[in-house]
Amino acid sequence: MLDASEGYVTEDGRKIGGVVMEMKNITLRFGGVVAIKDISFDIREGEIRAIIGPNGAGKSSMLNVISGFYVPQEGEVWFRGAKRPQMRPYEVARQGIARTFQNIALFEGMSVLDNVMTGRLNYMKTNLLQQAMWMGKAEAEETANREVVEKVIDFLEIQHIRKTPVARLPYGLKKRVELARALAAEPKLLLLDEPMAGMNVEEKEDMSRFILDVNDEFGTTIALIEHDMGVVMDLSDRVVVMDYGKKIGDGTPDEVRNNQEVIDAYLGVAHD
Amino acid sequence: MAQTQSGAQGLQSLPALLHRNATQFGNAPAYREKEFGIWQCWSWSEAAAEIRAIALGFLELGVDKGDHIAVIGRNRPAHYWSMVAAQMVGAVPVPLYQDSVAEEMAYVLEHCGAKYVVCGDQEQVDKVIEIQENLHQVKHILYTDKRGMRKYDHSQMNALADIMAEGRAGHQRFDEELDRRIAAITYDDTCVMLYTSGTTGKPKGVVLSNRNVIESAKNSAEFDKLTRDEDILSYLPMAWVGDFIFSIGQAYWCGFCVNCPESADTMMTDLREIGPTYFFAPPRVFESQLTNVMIRMEDAGKLKQRMFHHFMAHAKRVGGRILDGKPVGAWDRLKYAVGNILVYGPLKDTLGYSRFRVGYTAGEAIGPEIFDFYRSLGINLKQLYGQTEATVFITVQPDGEVRADTVGVPAPDVEIRIDENGEIFYRSPGVFVEYFKNPESTASTKDAEGWVATGDAGFIEEDSGHLRIIDRAKDVGKMADGSMFAPKYVENKLKFYPDILEVVLFGNGKDHCVAFINIDLNAVGNWAERNNIAYGSYQELAGHPKVLESIRSHVSEVNKSVAADEMLSGCQVHRFVVLHKELDADDGEITRTRKVRRKFVEDKYHDIIAALYDGSDTVSTVTEVTYEDGRKGSIKATLKICDAEVVPTTQHKVAAE
Repeated sequence: MLDASEGYVTEDGRKIGGVVMEMKNITLRFGGVVAIKDISFDIREGEIRAIIGPNGAGKSSMLNVISGFYVPQEGEVWFRGAKRPQMRPYEVARQGIARTFQNIALFEGMSVLDNVMTGRLNYMKTNLLQQAMWMGKAEAEETANREVVEKVIDFLEIQHIRKTPVARLPYGLKKRVELARALAAEPKLLLLDEPMAGMNVEEKEDMSRFILDVNDEFGTTIALIEHDMGVVMDLSDRVVVMDYGKKIGDGTPDEVRNNQEVIDAYLGVAHD
Repeated sequence: MAQTQSGAQGLQSLPALLHRNATQFGNAPAYREKEFGIWQCWSWSEAAAEIRAIALGFLELGVDKGDHIAVIGRNRPAHYWSMVAAQMVGAVPVPLYQDSVAEEMAYVLEHCGAKYVVCGDQEQVDKVIEIQENLHQVKHILYTDKRGMRKYDHSQMNALADIMAEGRAGHQRFDEELDRRIAAITYDDTCVMLYTSGTTGKPKGVVLSNRNVIESAKNSAEFDKLTRDEDILSYLPMAWVGDFIFSIGQAYWCGFCVNCPESADTMMTDLREIGPTYFFAPPRVFESQLTNVMIRMEDAGKLKQRMFHHFMAHAKRVGGRILDGKPVGAWDRLKYAVGNILVYGPLKDTLGYSRFRVGYTAGEAIGPEIFDFYRSLGINLKQLYGQTEATVFITVQPDGEVRADTVGVPAPDVEIRIDENGEIFYRSPGVFVEYFKNPESTASTKDAEGWVATGDAGFIEEDSGHLRIIDRAKDVGKMADGSMFAPKYVENKLKFYPDILEVVLFGNGKDHCVAFINIDLNAVGNWAERNNIAYGSYQELAGHPKVLESIRSHVSEVNKSVAADEMLSGCQVHRFVVLHKELDADDGEITRTRKVRRKFVEDKYHDIIAALYDGSDTVSTVTEVTYEDGRKGSIKATLKICDAEVVPTTQHKVAAE
């Protein structure tokens, strides 16, 4: 296991800082069903942290706890050195956490540009009247936010669909637009819920490169859920493995790969 | 002489032209690039400052006179600037195709011995690093896009912006040296080196001098009356001679503005936003635009569709004539003007051609319908014929003399000669200096008097003086009576019919021509469905009497048009057969890029050819076929041989005789 106090240096020489988010003994129940059972782990500044596990392991529930959508019955969420009180999702977003969704959640009728602009909502200070009448600081604000959005569009190479309604886009591009919207919020922590689900090999490669580039270029801390083991092992610095709501492994990809409990969970156990 | 004129003005290099533009109209826009959703603009004086900063940076890096600097990237101002900056310090810019794979690039980099490489992005840098493992000649890599580059070892690498900053900071040390180098550039120094794409053998480095580039730019700009108010969109590969002449040569000579698209994918949107006044595209761009228009029209409302078809029919009738300045009745003109408001204008705006003043298509033959479609809208699209070795221009079509089947008259200062085999030779101020490090090829292409062989066969029409390209010279032969045999010329005419997919013409050394024809299953199948003609297979459809009848009428029509051509009237198709199978790349009959392998087809179907010549009515044949999974089988067929109407020709003497 890695030392929990200071940072560490990854294989490719990136410096990982202190703890950004810490989950302490989280338990989440839906009625009688226990989705998450007493799980603790941390996410560090600048790292790519994966949460993996078989179907129904509780991965998405975990991500929803981090994003503040679910409130765990037990346990504490610590973010940037302070215990996080119960919050609404928009308050979490204001803290600097952005996410993408497993099932794409974009405004289908709106253009890519408008969709990505919605990621800037938390930076807009002018009120509805000002924006409608194009009064006061509305114009300057729009310009400033558009600049950020355009940088993201350039970064993710979606210039050619800037004005295209999202409904007309293929699946792989919609995923990228979702990532763009999350990035437009300039998050401190980026949560990706199955960013590669349903993609072909080429799209997966593209998406992997974008995730690595985001991490490298902006130093964004990323927590992701993913099914594709190859992708997870290549991308992430540390991996949490869940099975039936419990944590069964935590460490670097190599440590996790050799963990007997993890192998059993994924490949099944021989009964003899 | 034009040459001494340009020399007398001291405008003997691109840096000199840049200086003129920056001092005479420094505030006029020189470059625009769409980035972050906005068109960023640089005036001539701003561009001159940027270019000077790059040149100073090159000096800081230690670039020597005569060094080669490779530029690999998409069309961006910084890449164009790097090329001019290289010229300033006395180095030779070598733009490379950015989509070539590492091995191809390795050959060119090694051949030119580039010590410095300007890369567009990480992808190109990776390729150069891969090549560098075996080459060890590149001293320094520069890159324009910083993304993903942070982790690289920067001991021999730098961002272009950073060396520009270093150059600016050290300008007091290098100003004098830079001015000395700029002043030392002569008219006959190398301006640029461009590698020909090399469909046969290794690419060859064509060395073009300042004289080649500036004279060609000047002549062609005067020919089309280009001014500094033009706007062009630079989207064709930078390694291609055309882009160098349009985006640097003519742009610097005239002082017009070069617009770079945001990315390759946004080209069509950017085209519309810029609305270029001067435009260049290969036929496929026009083809795909036309297809798009037609598809979108099918989805339009009834009223719009009727309006479109009504006015397009009118445009087809008079549009081309109005554009050529020929007499057209007042009523037709009025109707055309109404059409312009209702249909042509909005359509041109959608296509991005509302400000289109003059434009060219070249590279391959453009279908006459496509060509006429654009011209009938009032878009002055023309054809030219050129080569890298000629600094593009050999022949161009003057305004008012534009036709789909010729490539125009010799460009200003270009002399043309056709040898006894029909091969085209030219001589002009644009003729290249040499192939780099390849004196044998230089000698075999360019003779002592400066005549260059094109490898294409053609002839000059006597009444109009226009050049017509017939075929690649090696495919052109002679018939038994000595008249010219040019298969492609006849085949192309036949292939413009939608129901004919492929044609192979035979007749070299014979007294008349015969042809193999493949029907287009889509078109003919569609026609059969509409006419209630039942068929069970390709073979059955291809042998259907009604199909043969309609193909025969096409052949007869083509024969009439071929007969009208004095030199090629011997190439009329006397007998033909509609083949029972499509020529297929799996069987080796055509290449993967759909070019017919003549020799192979001739050998494989020798029995059918024999029957075509011996006068029999039918021929039974067994053909081996290869299935996609590699299994082999055979098709047995009895093919009907058809006679086509031939226009009798009393005399067809070849001009060269």
